[in-house]
Amino acid sequence: MSIGATNARPYLEVKDLNVRFETDDGIVQAVTDSTFSVEAGQTLGIVGESGSGKSVTSLAVLGLHRTRSNAKVSGEIWLDDQELVTATDEQVRLLRGGKMAMIFQDPLSAMHPYFTVGSQIVEAYRVHHPGVNKKVARERAIDMLARVGIPQPERRFNDYAHQFSGGMRQRAMIAMALVNDPKLLIADEPTTALDVTVQAQILDLIRDLQDEFGSAVIMITHDLGVVAELADDVLVMYGGKVIEKGPALEVFQNPQHPYTWGLLGSMPRLDREVRDRLNPVKGSPPSLINLPSGCAFHPRCPYAGRNGNRSFNEVPLLHGDVHKVACHLPPEARTEIFQQEVLPNL
Amino acid sequence: MLAYLIRRLFNAVLTLLVVTAVTFGIFFLVPKATGTDPALLYIGKTSDAASVEGIRVKMGLNDPIVVQYGKFLKGLVAGRDYANGPDVQHCPAPCLGYSFKTDQEVTPLLLGDLPVTLSLALGAAVLWLIMGISTGVISALRRGTVLDRVVMGGALAGVSLPIYFTGLLASAIFVYWLGWLPQGEYVPFTESPGDWFVQLILPWITLAFLFAATYARLTRANMLEILGEDYVRTARAKGLRERAVIGKHALRSSLTPIVTVFGLDLGALLGGAILTEKVFNLRGLGYQALTAIQGNDLPIILGVTLIAASFIVIANLIVDLVYGLIDPRVRLA
Repeated sequence: MSIGATNARPYLEVKDLNVRFETDDGIVQAVTDSTFSVEAGQTLGIVGESGSGKSVTSLAVLGLHRTRSNAKVSGEIWLDDQELVTATDEQVRLLRGGKMAMIFQDPLSAMHPYFTVGSQIVEAYRVHHPGVNKKVARERAIDMLARVGIPQPERRFNDYAHQFSGGMRQRAMIAMALVNDPKLLIADEPTTALDVTVQAQILDLIRDLQDEFGSAVIMITHDLGVVAELADDVLVMYGGKVIEKGPALEVFQNPQHPYTWGLLGSMPRLDREVRDRLNPVKGSPPSLINLPSGCAFHPRCPYAGRNGNRSFNEVPLLHGDVHKVACHLPPEARTEIFQQEVLPNL
Repeated sequence: MLAYLIRRLFNAVLTLLVVTAVTFGIFFLVPKATGTDPALLYIGKTSDAASVEGIRVKMGLNDPIVVQYGKFLKGLVAGRDYANGPDVQHCPAPCLGYSFKTDQEVTPLLLGDLPVTLSLALGAAVLWLIMGISTGVISALRRGTVLDRVVMGGALAGVSLPIYFTGLLASAIFVYWLGWLPQGEYVPFTESPGDWFVQLILPWITLAFLFAATYARLTRANMLEILGEDYVRTARAKGLRERAVIGKHALRSSLTPIVTVFGLDLGALLGGAILTEKVFNLRGLGYQALTAIQGNDLPIILGVTLIAASFIVIANLIVDLVYGLIDPRVRLA
């Protein structure tokens, strides 16, 4: 967390974000009352399983739900002192790819198969620099390819996405996202589709570029290792809600929510004996059309019976100062369970 | 690439050879099955035995089928002479023989019909591409709206209604009732481009309506699929205008499969649009084929079949080559 000496807004501030989709099966409440912020130069990790609302949140920041007529976004999204939920389509379009950019999960499907990688980067640059001629834009694109570590960028400029290796493709994708010096970079599981050996390189690259450009970064992942390595702050999402957030170090050393314990327990570790099994979170993610009442995690929570006399039918509020958690368990009980039952098995 | 091209050309020639063999086989078998003597078809049933035998010799009808087929192939490639003693008739390559009915050389006869069919097919193709793709895109973008349903309903009608219905209806309305278009027949482009155009408007529209319907449905389906692709989302994430997202990124991919269909449709149509030509009295290859079938004029049927098959084979080849250009993921090898 930044030291709050000034009252200036963080570079990105999201307040009470709600995203819902009207479908034939009912209303999908994809994100509920999500609040978070990222300062320039900081990295926020958003973790959670599939369908927890991570990607929907980031697409909402970019305004990419606007083209879906069945999507409804409410709340506030402030980017550099500009409110985006109430902004016009054109205002948001001008920010997209300019001040804020996104890297997607699978770079092969995220790049157009029929246009060269270079031309796609040039296109991204020229949308936000309309006066720039093709030659200058081309030089800029080649320069970006070189900066993300693609060898022989002049030659690779004319290649298509399918001619790149997985890692190089993601590098090119990063070059495309960074071509306009965005101050907010959202990376949606940028290493999931890559070989393990390449994953670390890509993460290093993102970190180096962040240092260089001073951007705010949102790293969306289900890989806690990635968050531990890169993030300053962590947001844990479950069933479309933020259930725990705080400084990364604090959340990892002293996790408060049973779901976060579950995520930590399902991480494979090399220092663990082979005979030990992973401890996955039992059960399956909740349906976003029909969320469990109260705490959405309670049907899967192994400690749901130990909440004293509090009812699970109420929605737990995020509470705490810097490190916040939404859980019905009394803090003392949480500490005790974590120390005695969870930690020894991690 | 060159090796690929040579192999494809070789395959194309081989395909055509098989087509000639099959059609020639039918050509040989049909008279047998119906009990008619091809020689009689040439000179009429009233002729005396000597002149019938003369025709047999001249046309080589007494030879075994393999020899006849060989001579036919030779005629196609190098031309051939039909001879009965001193009576020699030279048929230059590509020789398709003589019409049973009129004794005209088939090749020049069909070449004379080709411009009519070409005019009809190419004009209609331009129209249906414009109509089909634009309505398909609009329909996809306005999915589920009244407009989408109206357009897709129209497309369903277009696919279902036969030419002899829409064609006659269009003639009745625009020529006889409203009088917007003159009654008349095909005028060659070289004679009067204006009249050529006016005379072809209705056939073009009628034929294009049929095809545009298919293309609209195809474009709509492709477009809807492509709009869900990750790279369309990327295009939006870059801040591109919606017009560029749709018109450049999405359309580019949506049209690729249409190239294949279009090539084959056009190839098939160039072999003659029998119904359209008949309905609008356009004397093209299709009309010729229809007349020949009705009159049992086998050499002409054989000729039209060969030309139609050639167009399809050539269209196939062109489609494959073009596909390699428009989809960089396809390696021609």
